[in-house]
Amino acid sequence: MTEHIHDNCANLLGSLSEYIDGALSPELCQEIEKHLAGCENCRVVLNTTRRTIDLVHFPENQQTVPADVRERLFKRLSLDDYLNPKSE
Amino acid sequence: MPNEFSLKALLAGDRAEFARLVDTYSSPIYRLGLRMLGNAQDAEDVLQNTFLNALTHLTEFEGRSSLSTWLYRIAANEALMIIRRKKPEVDLEDAGADENAEGLKPTQLVDWSALPEDELLSGEGKEILDQAIRNLPESMRIVFLLRDVEGLSIRETAEALNLTETNVKTRLLRARLFLREQLSRYYGERFIRESEEQND
Repeated sequence: MTEHIHDNCANLLGSLSEYIDGALSPELCQEIEKHLAGCENCRVVLNTTRRTIDLVHFPENQQTVPADVRERLFKRLSLDDYLNPKSE
Repeated sequence: MPNEFSLKALLAGDRAEFARLVDTYSSPIYRLGLRMLGNAQDAEDVLQNTFLNALTHLTEFEGRSSLSTWLYRIAANEALMIIRRKKPEVDLEDAGADENAEGLKPTQLVDWSALPEDELLSGEGKEILDQAIRNLPESMRIVFLLRDVEGLSIRETAEALNLTETNVKTRLLRARLFLREQLSRYYGERFIRESEEQND
């Protein structure tokens, strides 16, 4: 790995979050994509970082408030009259 | 979140509207408390205190941020207050947050991203992800939870935590790389194990 490529990897790492979030200018994205095309390690880091973020969005990872906790909350707030049905 | 609430109704003491607000945000706030504090009782305290505070201070809400960001701000403060009380040694200011990504250079370079979702989300896979989130330092975890789990924007996260947007971006990058590294270590070891079993 040459020093030049190493610098590009470090630059990509610094911009990784914003690249994933689509928050970079088209010019910067183009530069990053050019680097990605020739750097397998950076492609792996990008793919696995994206996947990590995706995983937390699945319903399996989005716990909802348990019914008994909701009930105690409503009672504490004197909102007993609105306990049922659960509004959406 | 697509729900809109009538501030006028809330300020006028409309209880049905407040109940609707509670139902909309109780799950995300409970989730935030649970993942920040690691136990159900503390999460319930965060949840109750957040809405009690919201009810008490609603008249002080100035609309400079959205109502949801304001609620997350109260919830984050509640959670951080419990951490300060229970674990005073934790560095919530994160003195290292201004450093660049140096030191977070990826060492695990196995590509597990194409594994099927049911494998990543069930049993051991889910536990590894939960554990990785629990292992995140608190100052990064709260940013990751608000931004990536609850979907706040960088600006909203900064408003909720009273941080600069630059600081939020730095902590978010570090959190994402930290989680990626932990998951990659697990899947890398698993791939080696499976390959050895096949060769036996």
